[in-house]
Amino acid sequence: MRISKILFFLSLSVALNPIVTLAVAENNLTAKEIIAKSRLAFYYAGDDGRAKISMELINKAGQKRIRELTMLRKDYEEGGEQKYFTYFHKPSDVKDTTFMVYKYPDRDDDRWLFIPSINLVKRIAANDKYASFVGSDFTYEDVSGRKPDEDNHTLLKEEKLSGKDCFVIESIPKGSSEYTKRISWIDEANFLPLKEEFYDKQNELYRQFEAQETKDINGILTVTKRVMKNIKTGHRTEVVFQDIEYNLGIEDSIFSERYLRRPPLEWIR
Amino acid sequence: MDKIKILLLIIASLIFIPMANASELSLHGFLQTNYSVRVNDDNPQGAKQGNLILGEERAQLKASFYPQKSKIGAFVKSDFYHDWVEEDWAFDFREGYLDLMDDKFGLRVGRQIYTWGVGDLLFINDTFPKDWEAFFEGRPLEYLKIGADSLKLDIYSDKVCAEAVVMPFFEPDDLPSVGRFHFFDPYPNIPNRELEKPDSAFEKFGNMEYALRLYRYIGDFDVSAYAYKGFFRSPGMKADNFNSPSVISLFYPELAVYGLSAQRSALGGVVSTEYGYYDSLDDKSGNDPGINNSQSRFLIGYQKAFPDDFTVGIQYYGELMHQYSQYEDNLPSASAKRKELHQYITLRLTKLFKYQTVKLSLFTFYSPDEEDFLIIPEASYNFTDNLLGIIGMNIFAGAEDDTTFGQHKKDSNIYVTVRYSF
Repeated sequence: MRISKILFFLSLSVALNPIVTLAVAENNLTAKEIIAKSRLAFYYAGDDGRAKISMELINKAGQKRIRELTMLRKDYEEGGEQKYFTYFHKPSDVKDTTFMVYKYPDRDDDRWLFIPSINLVKRIAANDKYASFVGSDFTYEDVSGRKPDEDNHTLLKEEKLSGKDCFVIESIPKGSSEYTKRISWIDEANFLPLKEEFYDKQNELYRQFEAQETKDINGILTVTKRVMKNIKTGHRTEVVFQDIEYNLGIEDSIFSERYLRRPPLEWIR
Repeated sequence: MDKIKILLLIIASLIFIPMANASELSLHGFLQTNYSVRVNDDNPQGAKQGNLILGEERAQLKASFYPQKSKIGAFVKSDFYHDWVEEDWAFDFREGYLDLMDDKFGLRVGRQIYTWGVGDLLFINDTFPKDWEAFFEGRPLEYLKIGADSLKLDIYSDKVCAEAVVMPFFEPDDLPSVGRFHFFDPYPNIPNRELEKPDSAFEKFGNMEYALRLYRYIGDFDVSAYAYKGFFRSPGMKADNFNSPSVISLFYPELAVYGLSAQRSALGGVVSTEYGYYDSLDDKSGNDPGINNSQSRFLIGYQKAFPDDFTVGIQYYGELMHQYSQYEDNLPSASAKRKELHQYITLRLTKLFKYQTVKLSLFTFYSPDEEDFLIIPEASYNFTDNLLGIIGMNIFAGAEDDTTFGQHKKDSNIYVTVRYSF
């Protein structure tokens, strides 16, 4: 069983080899370079950014839960260290809760949570990166990105998706991961991911990401509506980004205990 | 009188709710019902409603007003509840303060809740008032903390930040009370005791309580230094003769605490450590059996997150008595004898299910020297974003009747909370 699988992959990679070489010749980009550019376009837009994010968590029966938050981000190195500050507007029982993450490329995040009802700033252990972000279908990794060298990438083909030319790339994790295979449709014009499929151990599709709306925000193309569906549970999360701004010059000091306790009103409204 | 207050509250709500859409004013709160029942029928003397330790319906309103581009703001949080044990209606003014914010400092005046230190339900440098009865009877965690009427100055700088607090009105801890809990009493034959609370600082300036915290982030560490001067929040005892007293009174001895804490990501999780020196100012020699001796308190903790929303936290905590031989020499015969080093080991397990709508948790305190436990298993479920249900237990156990948790071993209880937030 296992051997046949390996043989299958071997034959697949041999079969795909000519296509990959062809694509590289045409675009001068390897699959890994495309994934790296896509990560920068999606997770590192501008030097910093702010957005008000509305999430609808919808179960199979159609019942909705709402998460509304403002997220501030500052990049310290393109593709490297970032800091995030998140303020929760809804639901009402977590209103005024704030959450801060220092994200490092090569080690676990530092994370802090402020619980307003007891005025407590608490350092929390970095979750497993595949843990659900605020109970949604997005994992922490979906929200903050994955390093390109964690997977082996192969350019499967180029095809049109909703009228846009896309690279179709298969990514197979090098180590253990939540998924065993990811297929990404990446817009050739701007490197934004338009669709992603996640496959499980049985090689069955179980999660699917779709970018449903893209807008030009001060010259930076941004996915403003996105959906993550869990095919197996029927649960899905629909996300809308509003009031997006880039290159605001958010000071470093915002990402500190001071502002966890007293959210920076000029940024979070 | 109470009816008028309710009416006023309703009118105020009707005025404020339509304005709540303005981003500057927000009005929220909850309606909650919370019950706790003792699992065995051995009720303490003075129990008013048999096994019912806690039974209440509660409404909380939270209003905050922070105008755009203004340096001032205000926040109020107040509860109104019906208590089935006391058969009483009451207000509980939880918090209310004015904020003045500037670039380099902040000033907050009024009733406010503070939580300092890095312990999980173990407090060393957090000397602010706490309601342990609320905690032991299964009320939500926020009720463990009592607002202190105080003034806080925040100072912000690149080098180090500071929180400086002055509290003119002494507020003791709420401890398990007569009628709701069993507890150990070395002198059961003398039920009438005067309790002497320190006068406010406006009457006696020397009674002003001061708390200071300096903090910064240094090389991946969150580091804080603390100082406190004020009083023990649980009472000491005065007696004409500790071995066979005829008169006893209770009072709050003076206390100073100096400490440090540090926390950082390490070993695949978060490592925390904290130390505090408890300077018992009214009993520096350690000879007074009615007042706690000076102590060193310390803890070390580790928490780690595992896949599938599972988190584990463990802590070791110790209290080392500084004049143990004086303590031993002066210990009255009726008192429970404590060890020189009193320790706790705690464990917290948390697991989330179903898109984080279901939470199972377990918290345990265990003292190897007092041989007693408090075990708190809890399950909660978010029926919707607004509706939360919680069921849990406080299980007290111990070899002896005179230890911290062992004295409450007949008070193990099951609690239920249902909260509708808006």
